[in-house]
Amino acid sequence: MIVDPTISFLTVFVLAIFVGYQVVWNVTPALHTPLMSVTNAISGIILVGAMLAAGPLETDWGAWLGGAAVALASINVFGGFLVTQRMLEMFKKKEKKGAV
Amino acid sequence: MSANAVALSYLVASVFFILALKGLSSPLSARRGNLFGMLGMSLAVVTTLTQTPNFGMIIAGIAVGGVIGTVIARRVQMTAMPELVAFMHSLVGLAAVFIAISAVNNPEAFHLEAPLPTGNKLELFLGSFIGAMTWSGSVIAFMKLSGRMSGAPITFPGQHLVNLLMFIVMIGCGLWFFLDPQINWLAFGLMLGLAFVLGFLIIIPIGGADMPVVISMLNSYSGWAAAGIGFSLHNTMLIIAGSLVGSSGAILSYIMCKAMNRPFLSVILGGFGAESGAAAAGDGTQKTHRSGSSDDAAFMLSNADSVIIVPGYGLAVARAQHAVKEMAHKLTEKGVNVRYAIHPVAGRMPGHMNVLLAEAEVPYDQVFEMEDINSEFGNTDVVLVLGANDVVNPLAHEKGSPIYGMPILDVSKARTVLVNKRSMASGYAGLDNPLFYMDKTMMVFGDAKKVIEDIVKALE
Repeated sequence: MIVDPTISFLTVFVLAIFVGYQVVWNVTPALHTPLMSVTNAISGIILVGAMLAAGPLETDWGAWLGGAAVALASINVFGGFLVTQRMLEMFKKKEKKGAV
Repeated sequence: MSANAVALSYLVASVFFILALKGLSSPLSARRGNLFGMLGMSLAVVTTLTQTPNFGMIIAGIAVGGVIGTVIARRVQMTAMPELVAFMHSLVGLAAVFIAISAVNNPEAFHLEAPLPTGNKLELFLGSFIGAMTWSGSVIAFMKLSGRMSGAPITFPGQHLVNLLMFIVMIGCGLWFFLDPQINWLAFGLMLGLAFVLGFLIIIPIGGADMPVVISMLNSYSGWAAAGIGFSLHNTMLIIAGSLVGSSGAILSYIMCKAMNRPFLSVILGGFGAESGAAAAGDGTQKTHRSGSSDDAAFMLSNADSVIIVPGYGLAVARAQHAVKEMAHKLTEKGVNVRYAIHPVAGRMPGHMNVLLAEAEVPYDQVFEMEDINSEFGNTDVVLVLGANDVVNPLAHEKGSPIYGMPILDVSKARTVLVNKRSMASGYAGLDNPLFYMDKTMMVFGDAKKVIEDIVKALE
């Protein structure tokens, strides 16, 4: 007996929501802005879909649209992770010596 | 790579994404978490690259996007983070729409049957309409946050009815696309067009101070759009990462609504403040407030033993975070105990104030959340409120007031309260703030940055 793939995807979907729910409640409120920027980067995972769209060697207009989506999603991936990095580096516990 | 190897590799990448979010539970582990996130993304991209022969276009796309993204990430001002986040949500939405169109055009590229089976059409419909709404909604949010468009709510009679009708017609077009055995581009296009307009109409009635909810909600949408596309492409990577983002945004929306004590639905339906105008003008008596100069404020601050600074949106607008840090430094040198109190909805996005203070190199162990510091106001000498209003309005404790029940920072319990504002104008909720008329309160009018700089000079 083989389960319809859609049911398997639904299982993955529901469990992923629960994992997300548990993990995100533990995020400290002080880091809510980095949380948003890192989720921006993670939602850039749509890049994977865009790459498949741009994937075929015979490039029709649909593949070009995929190529455009690759560029858009890459802005999110690079921009999201790098800006998160920049922000997190600012969160310091003790003052540096000699800092004004 | 075989399909099984790809799926396993995606599983590993998903675990990395979960670790990235888990790292954010403390500033100590957050940077490592972010590295996990980058690792997960690289793995997912490299894995996918083994499945897509058209290297040239993909690498070119990544290079173009990568350069733009890197430049933006380096240059953006911390005060502009809300706009940047809204901008990036819009990109995810638009990419989702492009992918959906491409999948309808050539399902074989995604290893799907051609013509598209009915089940895939339904999922594609969900992914693309959420994507389209995310895109146009985020564009409006971006324009409002960056001041390219007024932050005031835009409402017109019958707004909700129009939205509802459009929504029904949009679903109808989706069903038409879904049930048509052919690929019906007309139905698909109409559905997308309506979704674009709807995203626009849903965000215009929502005003400036409700932006923390809107931006969290759009964050959530961008995740659901990715998950929806994942369903239609039978791709677990997209489903898992999309669900993580979707639930994260949903939780943030919930926290923001809770912090304003407003039901989610009422925020989304928009137009706050219209019904509360009468209540503000109610008592009619002329109230007097006391105002003072920066020198007076400096005198009071330097004579205090303990000071709590309450930053609000005014601080972000004036970009006063560095001046504030300098003032705090001067006061600490004089032996004053300086702390910061942050309300969850201060600013225009969750955690906005924390990032600004971190940018000014304020150590994060001096910055406290509302629940942790509210009991401390009673034994604090001076509270300095910088460009915050509704989040310190004691009316929230009075039954019958429009903001009754909203959790606030209890600054009125302190011995002295200094309030910096540009004028006596009421806050976003359109309410007068009794705090400003208390005997213990002194108003210091002016731009936050200018006032703080003057205080720093006076402290020398």
